[in-house]
Parts: sequence; structure tokens; C-alpha cells
Amino acid sequence: MIQQLPFFYFGGMALVCAILVVASRVAIYSAMALLGMFIHVAGLFIVLDAPFLAGVQLLVYAGAILVLYLFVVMLLNLQGGGSTPLQKQTPWAILLSLLAIGELGYLLVKTHFYPKLPAIPHPSVPTLGNSETIGMVLYTQYLFPFEVASVILLIALVGAIVMARGRGRFRPE
Amino acid sequence: MVPLSWYVALSAMMFVTGLVGVLIRRNIVVVLLCIEIMLNAVNINFVAFSDYLHLIDGQIFVFFVITVAAAEVAIGLGIIISLFRLKESVNMDDYNLLKL
Amino acid sequence: MMPILLIPLLPLLGFLIVGIFWPFFKGKGHLIALPLVTISWAIATMEFFKSFTAPPSLTLVYDWIRSGNLDVGISLQYDHLAAIMLFMVTTVAMLVHLYTIGYMHGDSGYDRFFAYISLFTFSMIMLVLSDNLVEMFIFWEAVGLCSYLLIVHWYERRPSWLAANKAFIMNRVGDFGFLLGIFLIYDTFGSVRFAEIFPAMASHLHETVNISAAFGGNWHVPVLDVIALLLFLGAVGKSAQIPLHPWLPDAMEGPTPISALIHAATMVTAGVFMIARMNPLYNAAPFALHVVAWTGAITAIVAATIALTQPDIKKIVAYSTMSQLGYMVMVCGLGGYGAGIFHLLTHGAFKALLFLGAGSVIHSLSGEQDVFRMGGLRKYIGLTFATMLIGSLALSGIPPFAGYYSKDLILVTAYQQGPLGQMLWLIGVLTAALTAFYTFRLLFLVFGGKERFHSEAHGHAVHPHESPLTMTIPLIVLAIGAIFAGWAGEHYGILNYLAQELPLPQVHEGAGGLSENALKGISVAVGVLGIIGAWVLYGKESAIPGALAKNLSFFYRISLHKWYFDELYDAVFVRPSFIIGRLFWQELDKGVIDGIVNGVGSFFRGSGVVMRKLQSGQIQNYAMVMGIGAFGLLAFYLVFNRL
Repeated sequence: MIQQLPFFYFGGMALVCAILVVASRVAIYSAMALLGMFIHVAGLFIVLDAPFLAGVQLLVYAGAILVLYLFVVMLLNLQGGGSTPLQKQTPWAILLSLLAIGELGYLLVKTHFYPKLPAIPHPSVPTLGNSETIGMVLYTQYLFPFEVASVILLIALVGAIVMARGRGRFRPE
Repeated sequence: MVPLSWYVALSAMMFVTGLVGVLIRRNIVVVLLCIEIMLNAVNINFVAFSDYLHLIDGQIFVFFVITVAAAEVAIGLGIIISLFRLKESVNMDDYNLLKL
Repeated sequence: MMPILLIPLLPLLGFLIVGIFWPFFKGKGHLIALPLVTISWAIATMEFFKSFTAPPSLTLVYDWIRSGNLDVGISLQYDHLAAIMLFMVTTVAMLVHLYTIGYMHGDSGYDRFFAYISLFTFSMIMLVLSDNLVEMFIFWEAVGLCSYLLIVHWYERRPSWLAANKAFIMNRVGDFGFLLGIFLIYDTFGSVRFAEIFPAMASHLHETVNISAAFGGNWHVPVLDVIALLLFLGAVGKSAQIPLHPWLPDAMEGPTPISALIHAATMVTAGVFMIARMNPLYNAAPFALHVVAWTGAITAIVAATIALTQPDIKKIVAYSTMSQLGYMVMVCGLGGYGAGIFHLLTHGAFKALLFLGAGSVIHSLSGEQDVFRMGGLRKYIGLTFATMLIGSLALSGIPPFAGYYSKDLILVTAYQQGPLGQMLWLIGVLTAALTAFYTFRLLFLVFGGKERFHSEAHGHAVHPHESPLTMTIPLIVLAIGAIFAGWAGEHYGILNYLAQELPLPQVHEGAGGLSENALKGISVAVGVLGIIGAWVLYGKESAIPGALAKNLSFFYRISLHKWYFDELYDAVFVRPSFIIGRLFWQELDKGVIDGIVNGVGSFFRGSGVVMRKLQSGQIQNYAMVMGIGAFGLLAFYLVFNRL
């Protein structure tokens, strides 16, 4: 039970934060709840023996992406939605989510996750998840996708600047 | 000893939460935030399986997902700013450009 | 065998050139059509004279269908029957081409007319030359089509297209029987070629067919009789025999050259030609042969009685044609195919002459067709009168004109065929008297007596004028034919010439009491009697016809109203068809069919109105639908455990 405590804490908090993101009426609260979720997901990564990813999660998500969101929220001066923050299709979306939960839960119960390995060995391989291992794999086996990812980032950089700059055809006359 | 299925269940619940958020929120920024939730739910799954199967590839994928998420956020927010300039609104209702 | 191929090919070429490029001819279509038909005629004539010594030939032009047993080719079977028919067809066709130049001068459809008569000439030649039933049927239909196109030449006139439709529909009834006959022949003999059918005739003599099989009955009749009767139905339609005859008089709405070429000399004789061509079949089907003989005889006398009182010059000649066709069919039904073909040939000459003469009369009076508004024309159009007189004498069977030889041959042949033949002979003699009477009634009314054409109906004076040379030359040529064709036929032994294809009928020895010369005397005598009767009644102004019409008003009205055939068909077929048609139109078509069509339209319209709401333009709606789709598929998988 004591070994499962970190999972329950981090997982539960991540889920609660996610629900808060959806449920909150004010955009800035949603962003802050998302920050909480990122941090707790990072905690889960540590529990799962992925400290490097946990660091990346904190740096990229909590450090860069969320700040970007906060900038935008503040830039646009969002004070909450219009008359209601929710769409007209909300009841149907809730129904769909219940269906999805039911189906996924059913699948989960029905599926046997490699029954020969009952649980996660802890600590399994000391080197798994550390930066050295990831670096070795990333720069050898996954070198090409890695380069592609860098190009994607470059394109995103340029695209974001072009679109947010505001000149050109997107600008109202 | 946390069973793998628990992680999968957690991931599923977070994913559906994000999905509901995408479907019901009017604020486009919050919709983008909900997409982040869904990506994170997937990431949890990847890492859990990676740890469980002793395979590093899952973590590599998470790495790429984070990269793509960063790119998506940058582009998405750029689009939102452009749209805001055009429509003076961040409500999805006002963005019915797909309708003739 | 190139020359024989050229005979049909040249008129076809004429049709193609004039028909395709007709806007460029501007009234000069005859410059192409006439020379080509003339060459075709010259070749046909040369080949005809060669055929006395040359053996018959068979040329395969085009292998059309070869599938299993079925072997249908477009072939040219050139034997004596075909040779003599071709000679007559091309001669009349050429003369009619020439005549048309004068008759149709200035008509808006001049070049179109030439295209169609060339097409008709081609089709008729091919019909005569066909070596199998399918080929024959194709050109059988083709001549019917040309007939339709030419009757409706003045298509802006209502009677024209009504008559054309009538001709086409009535022929359809007959052609349906013809087609069924072909099917049954193929079913029985496994071939449609004459050369394979005829030798196999004997082996199918006692075969029967269950004609009520479709109704679950069990009524077996000899298959050859059924085939012969079905084919004869086609001949009834094409040769205007009772009961499918009313189209022929109506077809006179077409231009007169057409009446001469198609509805007197060639196309309407196709039925007789077909019976003669299929004579081994008919000889093997005695019951069918009786039906043929009686149909011909009844047609002959009924048509003759109708012709007695008709006021329209062309209709008189048309009913006379029908009556003469009845003769030919009758004698074919008695086994005298050669006599039938002989009469067909002489009739082609003098009847074409009579029609062209009638056309010349109509032309000279600028379109008048009522014989009671003519009279005294002899002074004005002497040449037409002379040629028509020759034609009338030939038709009446007065020696030495053509009709005498062929008609007497028919009557003698009939008389020699036992009791049945003698009964039909009596009908034939009666018809001959009527024929002479109505022919000369026409002649006296048109050319003799007072001039009645100065009526006020037209409002302006009429000046009869002789027709141009292009019209009188054919008249003269045909008059020569009407004089000499019969003598030539007898002198050169046409029956022996044709005996190669058409066996001579067996003579019942001692069946009749009268000798051949006595029979000839009787027919000439009744002919002369008819002429005298016509002279008494119509030779000069007299009150007798009016008094007769009053006293015998029952018979007069039957004759004037053509035995009420039109009224009968109108009541039995046409009106019910209209009623059914209106019913289908108003109820079924407007109600059900249109309802379905409009219903389909409004369904999609309505569904469009509904479905348009799905197209909100809201991204989130689309995402929702996508989610429903994804999880719906998952649900499907979970429920049915398969994807």
C-alpha cells in the first residue's frame, strides 16, 4: 500500500487538476490548474523511473508552454466566457464521455496485460530512463526522427511569428 | 506494486476529461489547454508501458510528443491571436468559418 | 459477282450522298439519285437477260451473326425469281425517280424525297435478294420504314402523319407475326437460310407444336401450318390483305410517285413475293394454304366493291391495287405461285402507270383529287388520257394488254384446282367484272363528260395543262410495258422460267367442265361487260348512278364507307387504346410515376433542409461527430466482437 501511495497521490492530483481545467470558468484558473497537472504528471514519470522525462516535462510544459499560454491569456485580457462558458452540445458531450469511459473500462477489465509479469519491477534496470540511455538511443536509433522534430520546431517557430505578427492578409483593413 | 492497468485507467480518465473539455468549452484557449491534457494522458500511457516492458522506445516517443506539443502550442496560439484580431472574440461560436 | 452487288449498292450510294448532303443540293438531288438508279437498272436488266442461261448465284457480302447454329449473313441470292423481280423493281424505281423530277418540282422537301426513294429502292432490292429470313425481315422492315417516311413527306399536314402512323402500326401487327414465324422456323429447322430450310421440309411434315402451352393447354397442331400462318400474317400486313388493309388507301396521303412506287408496284407486293419465295413451306402446309387462298379472294372482291363508289381518284386506284393483290395472294394460296408472280410483274407496270397517270391528272388540276370535280380532261391532257386508257384496259383484262394474260392465267389456274379453286374462280370472275367497271368509271368521270372543275370551290379559274416531259416519259414507257409485258411473259414462257424456284401447280384432270379457251372467253366477256356497264352509268350525264345509290342505299353506304372497317377498328382498338392511354396518363403516370419522381425530389430536398443543420461550421460539432464515430465503432466491436 505504501508503495502505491505515490501513484495515488500523483495520479489523483493530475486527474483532479485536469477536471479543474475543464470545469473552471475563468481561463487563467484553467491555465493554473494545467500547471498543477503538468507537475503531477512529472511526478508520475519519476515514479515510473523516467527522471529525464520528468525534467523535460517540467522544463518544456511547465516552463515554456504554460508561460506562453499565460502570456496569451493576459494579452487577450480574457475575463471569462460570454454569457456561458459552455457549448450547446454539452449534454451530448457528457453522454459521449460516459460511453467512452464505459467502453474503455470494459476493455480494461477484459484485457490481460501480460499476465506473466504481474507488476512493474521496481527498481528494474538502473540505467533505464536516465539521460544517458535516452541520449544513446535518441542519437543513434532515432536520429532521423529527432532531426525531423527539430525541423518541425523550426517551422513552428517561423509560423508562429508570421501569424502572430499581425501584418498581411489576416489583419482587418 | 502498482498494476499496469491502473496507469491505463488513469490515462483513459484523463483522456476523456480532455475530450469533454474540447467538446464543451467555448473559450478557444481553454480548448487548446484541454488538448494538452489529452496529450499528457497519452504520455502517461507511453511511459507506463515503457517502464513495464523495459523498453526505452516509449520514453523516446514521449519526447517527440512533447516536441510536437510545443510546436502545436506555438502555432495554435499564433492562430488564436490572428483570429482574435479578426473577430474580436475567443468564443468558438464566432468562428464558423467552415460554414459558407 | 460484282455487278449484282452493284445493283443494291448504287441506290444506297445515292441515298447516302443525297441524304447526308441534302442542304447543298437545293433542288438538284435528282442529279445524283437518278443516274445511280439508272445504272443500277441497266445492270439489273443485263443480269436479267443473262439469267436465262447463267446458273443462279449466291454471294455472301457480310457475315453478320455466327453463333452456334445461327448463321445469318447479308447475302445476295440471285436466281430467276430474284432476277425478274429486280428487273421490275429497278425499272419502276427508275421511272418514278424520273417522274418525281416533274411532280415534286419546287417542293421544299425535294432532295429529302430523293434520298428516301433511293433508300427505298435499295431496301426493296435487298429484300428481293435476301437468302435468309432474318435478312429478309430487316429489309422488310426497311421498306416499311421508307414507306412511313415517304407517306409523311408533307409532315405539316395532319392527314399525312395520321396515315403514316396508321400504316406503320398496322404493319407492326403483321411484322409481329412474321417475327414469330422466323422464331418458330429457327426453333424447328435450326436455321434461317432458305437453302437449308427447304430441303428439310419433308422431315418436319408430321411434327406438331403445342400452341396453347402458355395457358397450360394441350392443343397440338402441325408446326408447318403455324409457321406458314405466322409468316402469312406478315404478308397480310405488307400486302394490305383483309383484315390489315385500311392503311393502304390512307397511305395515298403521300405524294403520288410514292403511291406508284411503294404502294402499288413494289413494297405491297413484298408479301406475295415472300409467299412465293417460301413456296416449299406453303406447299407443305395445306391448311395455311387454304387460309391464304380465302384471304386473297375475300380481299379481292371486298376491295373491288369499295372501289366502286369512292370519289377520290387515288383511293380508287389504291383499292384496285388491294384487289389485285388479293388476286395474287389467292392464286398463291392455290399453288400457282408462278401465276401470282406473273400478275405481280404486269400489275407493277400498269398499276404504276395508273398511279402516275392519276398523279399527272392531279398535277394538271393543281391538286384536285375528287373525280366528280374533273371531267372532260381528254381535250387538255391527251397523252395522259391515252396512257391511262392503256393502263385501264390492261387492268380490266382486255386482250392484248398485259392484264389479260396474267389475270387469265390466275383464273385458269384457279379453275383447274378442283372445287375450291372453282369457287374462288367464281369470286375472281365477279371481281374482274367489278374491276373493269370501276376502272372505266374513273376513266369516264375524269376524261369524259362535262368539265366540272370550274367550280367555285377554289375561287379561281383552273387551266388544266399537260405535265412536263419528265412526267410523261415514264407514262409512255410504262404504257409500253402495260401493252407488251403480258404478251412477252406468255411468249417467252415465264412460268417455265420461274419453275426453277416456283413449281407449277398440279392440274386436277377433269375437275372442271370448261376448257381453257372458254375460261379466257368468260373473263374477257365479264371485262367487256364491266366496261359497258361503266359506259351506261358514267359515259354521259345520267341519273342512273344517283337512282341506284338511292335505291340500293344499304349496299351503297357499305361500299362508300369501305365496309366500315375503319369505324370497326376505331371502336375496337383505337378508342379503347385512347381510353387506356388516358387512364395511364392521368392516373398512373401523373399520379404514381410523377408522384414517385416528385417524391424522390422532395425527399432529398427535405432531407437537405434537415441535413443542412449538421453543417454548422462549428469545429466542435465536427469533433463531436468524430468522437461519436470513433466510440461508436468501438461499441460495435465490443458488442459484435468483430470489426
